[in-house]
Amino acid sequence: MTAIEFSDEQSMILETAVNFFREKFPVNEIHERNENLDGSTDLFWAGAKELGWTGIVIPENYGGLSLSLSEVVPIVEMMGRHLIGSPFIPTTLAVTAIVSAGSEEQKARWLPSVAEGGIASVGLTEEDGSWNLSDVKTNGEVRDGELILKGKKCFVLDAKRADFIVVSAIIDHVVSLIIVTREQLNKCIIRSEVVIDETRQSFSIEFNDLKIPLTQILDKPDLNDLENAALLLISAEISGGLSGVLRVILSYLTTRKQFGKYIGSYQSLKHPAVQILLSLEATRSHLYHAAACLSGGDKIKTEVAARSAKAYGSDAFAFAGDRAIQFHGGFGFTYECDAQLFLRRALWCQYQFGDAAYHHSYLAPLLLD
Amino acid sequence: MSVSPTELAEFEVQADRWFAENKPEKPGFILPETFMEVGTDEQFKFLRAWQNKVYENGYVGLSWPKEFGGGGLPQVYQDIATKAMATHRVPFLLNTIGLNWAGPLILSMSSSEDKKKYIPSILSAEEIWCQGFSEPDHGSDLGNAQCKGRKDGDDYVINGSKIWTSLGMYAKHMILLVRTSTEAESKYSGLSFFLAPMKTDGIEVQPIRKLTGEYGFCQTFFNDARIPASCMMGKEGDGWRVAMATLMFERSAEGGQAGGLSMMDLSIDDVIELAKRAMRNGKPAIEDPFIRTELVKLIVEAKGNVYMADKAEIPALEGEWPGAVTMSIKLRATEFKRRMCQFAISLQGANASRYIDDRAVDEGMWQRSYLNAFSGTIGGGTTQIQHNIIGERILGLPKD
Repeated sequence: MTAIEFSDEQSMILETAVNFFREKFPVNEIHERNENLDGSTDLFWAGAKELGWTGIVIPENYGGLSLSLSEVVPIVEMMGRHLIGSPFIPTTLAVTAIVSAGSEEQKARWLPSVAEGGIASVGLTEEDGSWNLSDVKTNGEVRDGELILKGKKCFVLDAKRADFIVVSAIIDHVVSLIIVTREQLNKCIIRSEVVIDETRQSFSIEFNDLKIPLTQILDKPDLNDLENAALLLISAEISGGLSGVLRVILSYLTTRKQFGKYIGSYQSLKHPAVQILLSLEATRSHLYHAAACLSGGDKIKTEVAARSAKAYGSDAFAFAGDRAIQFHGGFGFTYECDAQLFLRRALWCQYQFGDAAYHHSYLAPLLLD
Repeated sequence: MSVSPTELAEFEVQADRWFAENKPEKPGFILPETFMEVGTDEQFKFLRAWQNKVYENGYVGLSWPKEFGGGGLPQVYQDIATKAMATHRVPFLLNTIGLNWAGPLILSMSSSEDKKKYIPSILSAEEIWCQGFSEPDHGSDLGNAQCKGRKDGDDYVINGSKIWTSLGMYAKHMILLVRTSTEAESKYSGLSFFLAPMKTDGIEVQPIRKLTGEYGFCQTFFNDARIPASCMMGKEGDGWRVAMATLMFERSAEGGQAGGLSMMDLSIDDVIELAKRAMRNGKPAIEDPFIRTELVKLIVEAKGNVYMADKAEIPALEGEWPGAVTMSIKLRATEFKRRMCQFAISLQGANASRYIDDRAVDEGMWQRSYLNAFSGTIGGGTTQIQHNIIGERILGLPKD
C-alpha cells in the first residue's frame, strides 16, 4: 500500500478549490479582505454553500455528501494558501464532533442546518492555554433534569455568528462534549479576543450557571478523534500557508534589486527559499498521508500521522514566515507587507492544538517503545 | 507487459528465500561501506564474486532487455529483488556505476552493437565501470571541465586529469567528459562524452586516501592517451547533454537502472536499535527525554521523505512547483544520512571518540559512516550546488 491514497473526490475538490479561491479571493487583496472580515466571510460562505462544501462530512441522510475529512483537506489547504479566516474549520470540527459522538436524535437535530449553510464552532481551550484537551476546568452539574454549566472557554472562533458551539466540560469527573445553542449563548458573556492572526474572529465565552437540556450532551465523546480532526485541518491550513508565503517570498526575490542584482540571486536567500520549498513538499506529504490514514480508520496510525504533520508543518511554516519578513528587509518591517500576515498566521497555527515539542512528546512512545 | 499478482507474490517469496539462504558469511576482513571505498584486492574479489552470483541467479538487471543479458521483466520484479537485498542486508553490488549510471545511459542512447558489447559484462561484473567527470579544480562545476581531447585521425588525444574515480584501479571502462573545443559558443557546447577503455597507453591511475583512512578513490591522469573516436557517445559537442542524462540516472531522477544495493545502508531503525543498547546515566539512552525528541524528529523527517516519493506519483498533488521532490532526492537523502550518523555517534558516550576497532561500538561503523556521508553531500554536485539548481530550475530564481 502506498502512504498516500488520493481519491477522485479529493482531486476534483482540490481543482475546484484552486479555481474558486484564485477567482474570488486573489492573493493581492488579502489586506482589503482583512479590513472587512464579515464581508469576506459572507462571500466565502455563500460560495462554500453553493459548492456543497458545508455538508461534505455530514451523512447523506442528514443532508450532506457523506464524504470524509480527507475531502475537506484540499479546501482548507487552499484557504490557507489565500489566507482566508472564515468559520469553515470551527464549523467542520463541530460537525465532526457530532458525527462521531452524537446519537441519531442529536445528529438529526443539529446536522441538517449546517449542511444547509449554518455556522458552528468549538470551545475546547481554556484560560490556562493548555493544549491537552482533557485539561478542562469548565464544569457541568446535572441538577433537576438540567445541566448547569459553569466556566470559561477561550479561542472560540466566530462565536458571534455561530448557531451553536460544541464545548468541553467535566461532568461526573469525565470530559464531555456539550452543544450550546445560539439562544443559550446569548445568556453568556462573550468577549472578543485580540489574537495574533488578524484573519481570525476569536472570542472568550463565560458560562455562569447556564442551564442546558440534557439532550444537548453528546452521547459518546471521543476527544482523540476530535483532536486528530483538528490537527489534520490545521496542518492543511499550514500546508497551504507555506505555498502562500513562498509565493510572497519569490515575488520579492525576483523583482527586488540590491547592489545591482536581484536579491534572489544571492545564495543566502536562495538556499533558505529552497529549504522552504522542500519543507512544503514534506508537510504536504505528511498531510495527505494523515488524510489517508484517517480515511483508513486505524486510530494509532492516524494519531501518529496527524501529530507528525502538525509537528513538522508548524515548525516549517514558522520558519518560512520568519524568513519572509527578514528577506523583505525594511519593507518587511511594515504592516503593509504581506509577509507579516503569513508570519502571524504561522504563529497562530503553530500555537493552536499543540506545537512541535508538544506533539513530539506524544509521538515518542508511539514511535519508540 | 501485464503483471500477474500471483506471479509477483511467488517471485517475492522466491527472492526472499534466495537472499536468506545465500547471504555470504562475514569475510575475515572489514567490508567497504559503499562502492566508493573498495580499496583492497580481497574486498574487490569478494564483491565481484557476490555480484556475479546475484546476476547468475537472476536478481539484478531484471528490467533490462533479454537480448543484452537482462531479465526482460517489468521494473516491479527488480524492485522486489532490490528490496529483498535490503531486507537481508546482503553486500552491495560492486559495479554500481555500470549498473545504475553507464548502463541505463548506454541502453537509452547507444547502438545495438554497443549494447551487446557492454551490457552483459556490466551485469555479470566481469567488466567494471568508473566515471571521469570531476576534475581537481572543478569539483561541482562540471560544465567547466578542462581535461582536453584533440581529434587526431581516428582518435582523440586526451590530456588532463580526473579525480574521485571510484573503482579506478579495477575499472575496464570509464564514462569520460572532456573538452573537445575551446572555441565553442558556450562552455557547455565544447564538451564531448566517451566510453573510454581504461587499458590505454597514457592513462595512469593513482589511488587517493580518503578522510576515513581507506582507499577506493583515484585520480586518473591522461598523458596523450589515444581514445578511438568510435568510443564517443553522441556527437562532438554533445557531452554536456549526455553528462546531464547520466546525472539524471545517478540522482535517480530517471528510471532504468539495473537495480540492487550500492551501499551498506543504515536506516533510522538502526539508530533506534543503537539507542536501546547505548547507555546514558545508567539507563538505556532511548529513555532520555532529549534523545527521544531528537529521534522522533529524525523519524518524522525520514517518513516525510518516504511519503514524498508517493506524493510525487500523484499528478494532482504536483502543486505549484513541480519537480521539487524528484530533483531533491539526492539532496534530502544524503543530508539526512549525514545528520543521522552524527546523531548515532552522539549516543555512544565517551566511546563516540573511538574509531574502526574491535572496542568501538559496532566496530566503529557509525564513525566511518559519518565521515563517509560527506561523499554523498559533496559528490554528484554538493548540497550547496543542489540548492542552487533547485532554486534556479524549480523556483525560477536568478543565477548568481
